[in-house]
Order: sequence, then C-alpha cells, then structure tokens
Amino acid sequence: MAFDPNLLIDLQQMFQYQFMQHAFEAGTLVAIIAGIVGYFVVLRRSSFAAHSLSHIGFAGAAGAVLMGISPVFGLLLFTSVGGIGMTILGPRASHRDVQIGTVLAFMLGLGVLFISLYTGYATEAYSILFGEILGISVMDVVITAIAALAILVIVAIVYRPLLFASLDEDVAEAKGLHMHMLGIIFMLLVAFATSIAVQVVGVLLIFSLMVTPAAIAQRLANQPWRGILISIIVSLTVTWMGLFIAFYEPYPVSFFITTIVFVLYLLTRFAYPLIRPQTIHKTGAHQTH
Amino acid sequence: MTITESVTISNVETQIVAAERVTAGYPHKIVWRDASFGFGRGEFVAIIGPNGAGKTTLFRLLLGLQQPISGTIRIFNETPKRGNPRIGYVPQRHVIDSETNIEGMELVHLAYCGHLWGFHITSKEGRKAALDALDAVGASDLARKPLCDLSGGELQRVFLAEALVSSPDILLLDEPMSNLDIRRSRELVQLIDRVVQTRSVTALLVAHDINPILPYLDKIVYIANGKVAIGRPKEVLTSERLSALYDVHVEVIRDSKGNVAIIGMEDQEHNHNTHGDE
Repeated sequence: MAFDPNLLIDLQQMFQYQFMQHAFEAGTLVAIIAGIVGYFVVLRRSSFAAHSLSHIGFAGAAGAVLMGISPVFGLLLFTSVGGIGMTILGPRASHRDVQIGTVLAFMLGLGVLFISLYTGYATEAYSILFGEILGISVMDVVITAIAALAILVIVAIVYRPLLFASLDEDVAEAKGLHMHMLGIIFMLLVAFATSIAVQVVGVLLIFSLMVTPAAIAQRLANQPWRGILISIIVSLTVTWMGLFIAFYEPYPVSFFITTIVFVLYLLTRFAYPLIRPQTIHKTGAHQTH
Repeated sequence: MTITESVTISNVETQIVAAERVTAGYPHKIVWRDASFGFGRGEFVAIIGPNGAGKTTLFRLLLGLQQPISGTIRIFNETPKRGNPRIGYVPQRHVIDSETNIEGMELVHLAYCGHLWGFHITSKEGRKAALDALDAVGASDLARKPLCDLSGGELQRVFLAEALVSSPDILLLDEPMSNLDIRRSRELVQLIDRVVQTRSVTALLVAHDINPILPYLDKIVYIANGKVAIGRPKEVLTSERLSALYDVHVEVIRDSKGNVAIIGMEDQEHNHNTHGDE
C-alpha cells in the first residue's frame, strides 16, 4: 500500500480493511479511557500499581489463551481480583509498593506456568506482551466498548471524591470519604482500563497510554478537567498516528505509539518550559517541597 | 438523663469541645489517660508537648477517626463522627508533591464539594465559597497558582482556606508552622488569630514552638508523659504546676521578651524546628 499525500485518500484506503476499522474503533475507545484513568494514576502516583496490574493481567491473558477463550476475559478477571487484593493488603495508597510487588511476583509466576503449559504458537504470548491491535476481532471491540462505558459511568460518579482523595488523602478522610472504598474503585478502574489497553500496546508497553499522556497533561494544565482533556487528546493523537503509520510501515503499532508519545513527553518536559506563557515562577517563591 | 433542647443549644454556644476523664490511644498502647478539658467558642488553644505525646491523637478523637478507650468526648455536644462539616482540619506534614501542578483554587473547591458524588463542571456556589475562603486568608492571588510553585507560607494559607471553606466552627491545625521560619510562623499565627476573632471560630493548634503563638492564646494544653495539663498559659506554664503534674523537676524559664523555654522534660526540644521531608 502506497502513502498518498492526500490524507483523505489514505483514510479511504485504510478503512476499506475491516481489521483497520476494528483497530481504530478499539484504539479510540482505549485511548479515551487510558487518558482519563491515566490522569488519576499520575495524580495518585500509582503508576507502579498500573504497571503491576497489567503484568498481573499477563497471567490472566495467558490463562485465557490456555483455555481457548479471548485473552481480554482473563485480563479483566485477573486485574480486577489483583487490584482488589492489593488494596486490601495495603489500605493507604502512599505505602503500597511492597504489597503490590508481592502480588505481582506471584501472578507473574502463574503467567509463566500458563505460557509453558500452552503448546500453541508463541505469537499469542508475544501479542499479549506487546499488543496486537491489528488482529482485534469484532467481539473484542464490543467487549472494549462495554468496559469503556462502564469506566466512563464509574468515573462520572466518583469524579469529585476520587479527585479529592487523590489530592489530599488526610483531609478527604476527615471529611468522611471512605478511603478504602475509593481505593478499591480506583484499582478497579485501573484494572478495566489496563485490560482493554493491553490489546493496543501490550502488557509491557502499558505506560505509553496509561501514564505518559497523563504526565504530559499534568505539565500543561493545572485544572483537573483540563488535564483530563489534554490527556485524552494526547493518547488519541498518538494512537491514531501509530495506527496510521503502521498501516504503511511494516513495524508494530505499539512501537510507533510509544515513540511518538515519548517524543511528546520530551517536548513538554524540555521545550515547553522555554515557551511557557505566564510568569508563574515568582522570584520569592522558590522554596521546594 | 434528659436534656431539654434549650440547654442543648446554650451548651453548643458556649462549649464546643468537652472531654471527661478521657483515656486515649490504642488497645496495646495508651497515649494519655484521664484527661478532662473543655474549649469554648472563639478560643485560641495551643496544644504542645514532646513528639509522640499524643497531640495528633486528640485531633483524631475529635474527627471521629479514633474512639477513646474510656471516658467521653463531645464536640458540639455530640459524639464525634467522621465528616463533620463544622470541623476544619489541616493535617500534619501536609506536603504537596513537587509535581502536583494543580491550582490552589481547585484544592479549596474540592474541600467544599469533594465529598459529593457525581459530576459538576461549574458550580458557581462552590467557586464563590472557595474564593471567599482564599480571600479570608489573604490568598486570593494564589487562587490560580499551581500548588507545587507555592512557598511553605503560601501553601499553609491555602491549606487554611481549604479548612475554612466549609465555614467550620472549630479549626484543628496540626503543626502548620513546622516548615516555616520564624517570620512566616508569626505571620501565619496572626492570620489564624484574625480568623478566630472575625469568625469567632475555635482554633486548636498543635505547635512545636510555643513562642510565636503565646501572645494570642486563650488556653494551653500541655501533653507529655501520658498526662494532659490544661489552663491559661500563665497557669500551665509554671515550674510548680508542670513539676507537680509530671512528678519530675521541670523548669519554665522566661526571657526578657516573654519567650518561654520548658526544661526538664524528657524531650526538651521546644525551640527545635522539625522539618518535613524537603
């Protein structure tokens, strides 16, 4: 397939293929969800939890493949159980690293067992690890849509309490918010979001959609709703661009996504401060915290 | 025992906190025992004592986050319960991550409506409450600034606004001065005093260094060695009183400027500033 300078023709070409349509549908849903949930992940400094949940999902996906069902079911089940387990083991978000690590190691061990039991092709394991959006089925798109809708509804309901608890745990607790319940809801959101995002970028590259776009957004916006909006825009842009380029180039979609998002991150990290509009850095206020 | 409504109301008016023979701590470790005290409306009270003596425990009791082991504690003539909007709280070591690029306004606004379910993109009422609270602590100019760019003193003013946004009747301030230098400490204390006066709010302030607050105080609560002493600063901070209470020789020394140093307790570091993680 040859790239045409006229993008409309390119898009027409691309969408003649059903696998590209499915990839764009699922990719769009995943990008929106990852952008939203990722914002909370970054705000709560829970990227290790997100990373671990996706790896726990690896065991679930491998188990599902072993049983001959779609990996996304295994992902959803394992990440949900894993997320709840982590929260129960360590009730306060700030010191949960050890508990997460403990659960993570055990689950990865299970994943290794399932992979070794599975006698089929190694490509299955490969696609779980690095994503295989171009091979996504209608069924997977439907499941993705349902999970995405569930996440949107939950976020809409818990938006303010979750934001408050993420920003100021102690005061939120004193105000009567149930930290434990919010912690579990948050982990379930991450579980659902990673489960569907794994299809696009795979277990190992989950950060590129769940963390990096939100990290970019937090540098650019200092109001949560704006941050979430930017986070969504960034993850959508990189997902679409990745799919678009991968249609013409013989390299994996997830490689393009991770690379583009990394370049954007570097730009916001190093180029943006130079052109940053207002004089936020007052001279007197340089005490660090 | 039945209490008529009028009595209840008049009690609420005068007595904000009443504790009777309260023993506090955890099942395996009692922090302090047999303490009785009361705080009235509009009183500015300092809670001082060595680290780990149970100053924060008192706040946890009032917030309903912990139950007394024995005795009764009442706030607004009720048993403390979590989520009481009449309490404004500034926790200890309230650090904001250097990457928290969120403006002060958003934090104060969340303290107003963050406990509500559902979505609300623009709530005029909430934004007005947040702006008013920031204004009350002279921090209107900080509304649009990211928290991570604020200095220690500015941050404490935003936290105070966060505590004030629900129009509380009592403020629980846990070491708000711990990261501030002397000048900023004095400024913050003056600000708190102004809030106490203008809103007739009761303020309980845990402090490590008594001196910046001493001129403004109505009462002092001194917690050490499992015991609680309470009274006017002049009554509590005397060598005789503290020596008798703690059964060790304690000396209270005053310099010509009226600064106080308490010597003889296990932890003598009353003028020592604790710094949070920098």
